Amino acid sequence: MPVKLKWGLLDALVVVFAIVPVLWIVSLSFKTTATLTDGNFIPREWTLDNYRTIFQTDQFVRALVNSIGIALISTLIAVVLGTMAAYAISRLDFPGKGLLVGVSLLIAMFPQVSLVSPLFNIERQTGLFDTWPGLILPYITFALPLAIYTLSAFFKQIPWDLEKAAKMDGATQGEAFRRVIAPLAAPGVFTTAILVFIFCWNDFLFAISLTSTEQSRTVPVALSFFTGASQFEDPTGAISAAAVVITIPIILFVLFFQKRIVAGLTSGAVKG
Amino acid sequence: MADIVLDKVTKSYPDGTIAVHGIDLEIADGEFIILVGPSGCGKSTTLNMIAGLEDITTGELRIGGERVNDKAPKDRDIAMVFQSYALYPNMTVRDNMGFPLKLAKLPKAEIDKKVGEAAKVLELTDYLDRKPANLSGGQRQRVAMGRAIVRNPKAFLMDEPLSNLDAKLRVQMRTQVSRLQKQLGTTTVYVTHDQTEAMTLGDRVVVMRAGHIQQVGDPQTLYDKPVNLFVAGFIGSPSMNFLPATVFPGGLHTPIGDLPIPVKDNAPKDLVLGIRPEHFEDARLVEEALRPRGFEFTLPVDLVESMGSDKYVYFTVEGGKSDLASADLADLAADAGGADLPDQSGLVTRLSAESRVREGADARIWLNLDKIHLFDPSDGRNLTLD
Repeated sequence: MPVKLKWGLLDALVVVFAIVPVLWIVSLSFKTTATLTDGNFIPREWTLDNYRTIFQTDQFVRALVNSIGIALISTLIAVVLGTMAAYAISRLDFPGKGLLVGVSLLIAMFPQVSLVSPLFNIERQTGLFDTWPGLILPYITFALPLAIYTLSAFFKQIPWDLEKAAKMDGATQGEAFRRVIAPLAAPGVFTTAILVFIFCWNDFLFAISLTSTEQSRTVPVALSFFTGASQFEDPTGAISAAAVVITIPIILFVLFFQKRIVAGLTSGAVKG
Repeated sequence: MADIVLDKVTKSYPDGTIAVHGIDLEIADGEFIILVGPSGCGKSTTLNMIAGLEDITTGELRIGGERVNDKAPKDRDIAMVFQSYALYPNMTVRDNMGFPLKLAKLPKAEIDKKVGEAAKVLELTDYLDRKPANLSGGQRQRVAMGRAIVRNPKAFLMDEPLSNLDAKLRVQMRTQVSRLQKQLGTTTVYVTHDQTEAMTLGDRVVVMRAGHIQQVGDPQTLYDKPVNLFVAGFIGSPSMNFLPATVFPGGLHTPIGDLPIPVKDNAPKDLVLGIRPEHFEDARLVEEALRPRGFEFTLPVDLVESMGSDKYVYFTVEGGKSDLASADLADLAADAGGADLPDQSGLVTRLSAESRVREGADARIWLNLDKIHLFDPSDGRNLTLD
């Protein structure tokens, strides 16, 4: 019992540590400008003004659309490419395999900030600057190593015998992948999709460097451009409200896919 | 249904290792043939080549008279049962068994009918809607068999299908596999490393070692007339006893005494003597008429294991195995894990249950000289065969 209690306390501590800052933001987003700095955790005066403000500005709504669009497209492309690459890496022996794995690891290790200036220049020359593809491309580049690594770990867990069995049962390579391997890899694909989506959604560095107008500005950047009603007013309340709003898609995304991440989906395939 | 012919089939890998050295084998229609050998002998590679999961480097494979070297597994119309069963975990038992039929685009009613029939034969009817994760080991094994039999293939390939079951279930399933094969009459190639399975199941057994076929024959022939030291030691449990022997005029000098048997003139001076455990007997229990055809010796008993029907009696022989040097014996020892055992030679004998031998005491043992084998240690050849 004491052991259980100890773990319970530890768990509670971790949860509190993670959730207090979030609740704080939520609390701020419901406070009026006057009571913003009163130091109370529970607002004394509740208001929805902050939320009204952000949805009245085109700037935020437009940024939200940009964020959702850019993150979804990047996730889709990265996961599709990553699935194919990871399958090849975990199943096939082809020349240059070591090089491919090495290069993707190298990309993952590359400090992103060092690429911002060259990317800025390249994108301005090629006309990609301040467009959706201008953000989608670098996101895919940096999300791919993540996708490949997560997915190849999942593919390696799937017993190879299953594929051989499918071939013996009369399946072509494509049918074996589609009807046997892909359903089993689904939890891995969804996990990867969540990770990639969060990576794209949260990015600030590329978004602020490679955009200049609200045409392609994403939410994290739009937040930094928020201004108060007057120049003497701090937009803390509005920023908090926006921060709360942009966590909602992530929560929805995770909840939606979580159902599909059933651990132990491959159990029973082989002995044991 | 069809016959399978392997014509000088070789498998080599890009790094130069050769897994299978030009083997020739003709498997008749409806025959149950066993490939047996220690791990790494090329038996699974051979099976995979028949299946089409591995390419054949040189040589020709014919199924039903047709060359299939370049055909994909799905076009060869053969079914395979894997050691790991390889059931599709996301499908129910019904879908698992129906998968090959679904791929063949059969109408749904017919699939249901065939799956139902196969399930009945394998006693799986009550489990059709379960997922593999909720089945016991034996049930999973039967589903794997079911997936193979539903579509009436030309041949079954089985890759150690029983090795993941516990001992009791394995014996049960062995009988079931054998009965099923007789019932269906489908050509079957079965790979195992377990010589008991090989002896009990097969119409014919192929003993392989290091990519070469050592001997092909029915189980009794392999047991009675092994062509070499390796086959002699591999087939039979407990395995054949080997002792060093030296030729002298009038007989053989061995650690258990001088055996009065004639040796062919062309035989080398140093030989390996092979005796199966059941060819020993407690000297007191041997009938008078048989006595002169054997040889008697006395040794202290190490250990007695009473099996009820017989007694296994173990002896230590001075100057035994340490003097034996042969590639065949080294392979056998490696297979049995015997390379790690202390270097002393034991003799295993199977005596009648009535025998009164006791541990620690000396025992008078009779050995049937008609049944001994002599091997050439340099190449392992059996010199007692004509």
